[in-house]
Amino acid sequence: MGYVPNPSRVVREMLEFMGLQGRDDLFADIPTGLKLNRDLNLEAPRSEQELRQELGRLAARNTTVDDRPCFLGAGAYDHYIPAVVEQMLLRSEFYTAYTPYQPEISQGILQAIFEYQTMICNLTAMAVANASMYDGGSALAEACSLACDVTRRSRVLVPDTVNPSYLEVARTYAAGGKMDVVVVPGKDGIADSAAIASLIDDQTAAVVVQNPNFYGNLETGLPAIERAIHSRKGLLVMAVDPISLGLLKPPGSWGADIAVGEGQSLGNPLNFGGPYLGFFAASEKLMRKVPGRLVGQTVDLDGRRAFVLTLQAREQHIRREKASSNICSNEALCALAAAIYLSVVGRDGLKEIAARCHQLACYAKNELQRAGLNLKYPQPFFREFAVAIGDPTAANRALLDQGIIGGYELDGGLLLAFTEKRSRAEIDRLVSVLGGIDNE
Amino acid sequence: MSKLIFEKSVPGARAFALPSCNVPEPGELPDSFLRQEDALLPEVSEVEVVRHYTELSQRSYGVDNGFYPLGSCTMKYNPKIDEWAARLPGFANIHPYQVEETVQGALELMFDLEEMLREITGMDRFTLQPAAGAHGEMTGVMIIKAYHNHRQDLHRTKMIVPDSAHGTNPATAHMAGFEVIEVKSNERGLVDIDDLRSLMSDQVAGLMLTNPNTLGLFEEEIQGIAEVVHAAGGLLYYDGANANAIMGVARPGDMGFDVCHLNLHKTFGTPHGGGGPGSGPIGVKAFLADFLPVPVVVKRDGRFALDYDLPLSIGKVQSFYGNFGVMVKAYAYIKALGASGILEACENAVLNANYIRTRLRGHYDIPYDRLCKHEFVASATKQKKEHGVSALDVAKSLIDYGYHPPTIYFPLIAEEAMMIEPTETETRERLDDFVEAMLAIARDAVEHPEQVKDAPRKAVIRRVDETGAARNPVLKWTP
Amino acid sequence: MEIKDGLYYSEDHEWVRVEGDKAYIGLTDFAQEHLGDIVFVEAPDLDGQFEAGAVIGAIESVKAVSDMHTPVSGKVLAANEILDDSPDLLNKDPYGQHIAVLEMADRADLDKLMSSADYAAFCDKEAE
Repeated sequence: MGYVPNPSRVVREMLEFMGLQGRDDLFADIPTGLKLNRDLNLEAPRSEQELRQELGRLAARNTTVDDRPCFLGAGAYDHYIPAVVEQMLLRSEFYTAYTPYQPEISQGILQAIFEYQTMICNLTAMAVANASMYDGGSALAEACSLACDVTRRSRVLVPDTVNPSYLEVARTYAAGGKMDVVVVPGKDGIADSAAIASLIDDQTAAVVVQNPNFYGNLETGLPAIERAIHSRKGLLVMAVDPISLGLLKPPGSWGADIAVGEGQSLGNPLNFGGPYLGFFAASEKLMRKVPGRLVGQTVDLDGRRAFVLTLQAREQHIRREKASSNICSNEALCALAAAIYLSVVGRDGLKEIAARCHQLACYAKNELQRAGLNLKYPQPFFREFAVAIGDPTAANRALLDQGIIGGYELDGGLLLAFTEKRSRAEIDRLVSVLGGIDNE
Repeated sequence: MSKLIFEKSVPGARAFALPSCNVPEPGELPDSFLRQEDALLPEVSEVEVVRHYTELSQRSYGVDNGFYPLGSCTMKYNPKIDEWAARLPGFANIHPYQVEETVQGALELMFDLEEMLREITGMDRFTLQPAAGAHGEMTGVMIIKAYHNHRQDLHRTKMIVPDSAHGTNPATAHMAGFEVIEVKSNERGLVDIDDLRSLMSDQVAGLMLTNPNTLGLFEEEIQGIAEVVHAAGGLLYYDGANANAIMGVARPGDMGFDVCHLNLHKTFGTPHGGGGPGSGPIGVKAFLADFLPVPVVVKRDGRFALDYDLPLSIGKVQSFYGNFGVMVKAYAYIKALGASGILEACENAVLNANYIRTRLRGHYDIPYDRLCKHEFVASATKQKKEHGVSALDVAKSLIDYGYHPPTIYFPLIAEEAMMIEPTETETRERLDDFVEAMLAIARDAVEHPEQVKDAPRKAVIRRVDETGAARNPVLKWTP
Repeated sequence: MEIKDGLYYSEDHEWVRVEGDKAYIGLTDFAQEHLGDIVFVEAPDLDGQFEAGAVIGAIESVKAVSDMHTPVSGKVLAANEILDDSPDLLNKDPYGQHIAVLEMADRADLDKLMSSADYAAFCDKEAE
């Protein structure tokens, strides 16, 4: 089933109008030897009814977090998504639009992005936020390369408590040759602030700190790292969890110059890893260096408030090879989801969600300890922590057998995440399975 | 004027409640880690949230609202069944780190999608990881770089791009650490192969090419171009932004391209979301497969798995496996069309573009007025010269006629450019109406140029002060 | 279009006013008109050493960006801070606002630049 609306009679008439004999004439400029000259080897076209059945069957082969309580986090979280978010995203004026290049017919999307930028600024306590990046990992990579650009230095220090996927993405970007990512081993599940401070020199563009870090722990060495990097005129780049910012001190208050993170938690489904939402915020000083799209407020000819894509001279379509980033398409619809989500949960709701996640995590920790298990790292955490387990793969298998999607497998541990969707009963089941396995 | 959501905030209003909870634990967060002041977020009731975003949607314009001939963006109709599919809980509500046995359906879909993309492009392997076209470009160019480095061919520091290229091409090459060299277009709007020859050397890593190019013209000498590049040891990169114009008819893999990206959100019917998410898979020839990002989806003994064991891989470009939700839509789209549907879509995209081009002839300048592919460039040079009416003015007038304007002032090699891409999903009647609007604007440019220059008058706002926005940026709301 | 006497001009449409060893560098009227409304000036790094012709900064308008070259070699002594807040002055008064002041390394650089009369002819040719 195709979506071409012109019946073949009309197609013929259009060809005749142009003085063409047949459809082949439309491709007269392609050398014959280059043409496929056969049908593509694809399966027969499907009707919508067949598609529905087939896709339904394929989807049914996946175990969802609706079927099984999910304690997986590690960068993607199973938070509740209010119905309003889902419903509003179905407005096709939003989702079938392109980037709002023409402000006069895109005020709605532009305003929504402007509101999103404001929300991210307020959450992170930063001065500027862009319209979105691909995901947390690519946002961090772009933050590192921006830091190198503005400091004209090349080294970026990254503790190994940062999400390893983010680190890998940053390393891939570093192959461009303008930055050098140096991994600094952590200590007891947090960054080794003394080791980092000793490595900072006048070639260090930035230090990256994730808080809470990949292991869910709070980076208690943050103030020391901040002093060390700023005293050598480098930048502090922070990766943060937006839900945690309902409770936790924001990057702006820690002195961060750039704050990035994964915004999936804000109203976006798990989607098997994407589309997600990279958010990117920076200090006022970096405003004209921020990658990606920015929406600004202005006025129209009648003096009415209006919104428009602005500071475009930074971007690839104008600066071409001199642009600091090549980003063009972003994750606008995911940013819209985040804005609607934050509007629904509101000022108090976000605080309550953050508090609930933390509370459930604390409950789980206490119950696991009561069942004889220990934390892998003795650190304060937010909504995720690692429990020490000899064979995490076996533990996960045992959990799955009991209808539970377990945690992220670490070397000698299981990283468990607790969102407001988890109940006391589900946690009790988790504890009883983990407490019951032979843990060498 | 629409109020901001913050301006609708009423202290104490809310649209959300947590479920009850019988967990006694208080928090254990150290004081020094707590936020001192609440984040300023809206306090609004549910009905107000709904009305707010409904109103914003009414002040936006998508393909579902009307004709959207935005050149280079392939704004075709987005089938509704695809939206349904992507939202199936079995696709939307699965965690990327679930054990493979619990996500076999998702992996199978990715595996099959890769296979279909291979057939459509003539490439040997794909990664679905890049999140957008530009992200795919970066991935592809990094692969080219890794290939040369692996061969100890370390002096290839230059990347060639045509002067008609999308801005992302030079920006990508620069990001990947290459010096960008521009190859000229000839008087026919195609790559000047003599100029290309003169630029080639053992320092050139490759050429990035869009085919058909941004003028909508097929690079007829592509085989010769490929020979020149390959003879000097360079690789050929295919920017797939315009793949809608050739799918089912010709394949980049058969033209000599070594790496190619596709925009699932252009060519394969997935919506653009008001700016994203897109998806920009990268296809490579077999000799480059070892450099693909990890993980790749493989099938072993009838089961699907994620394979991280690619020692030469450039690494990851996204945290997880790419924009899976977009992949679901493209998969459904390709399945629905099949081989005949893909060919039909391509033919009609080309037909519609040529139809508009033919009908506008004589009313607007058409700098390269010959058979085009899925899009063509018209120009307002005549209107500008004779009546002071620019491409921008024509674009803004189209808004008053109910259309989304074409891409303007691109490609840079055409003056007063208006790049028109109708796509295959428009009826002849709609194309005729659009042409009538364009002709009316051409008449208005003669009779009432000041009216055209003042357009739009029927939109929710008039033209905006972009200079003021950039001089004194206001990028967030403050109370 | 205004061309001021007594200044040196480059083919990149910059002017140079010489005061002792110091070279004041700005943008010509022709350049500002072609760029349109200037929204931002990316100032050169203080104390930076540059060869004649090198890029020392950038001038941004809404839809374009143009590199700022230095017509003479030397060290950057100062940037014009007024432009940080009022880049529009480059449109309003292109010869009244310099962008940077350099300590000239070699006065011979000036010999390679155009006089106002030569520059006027150069612009006429460019406009064709």
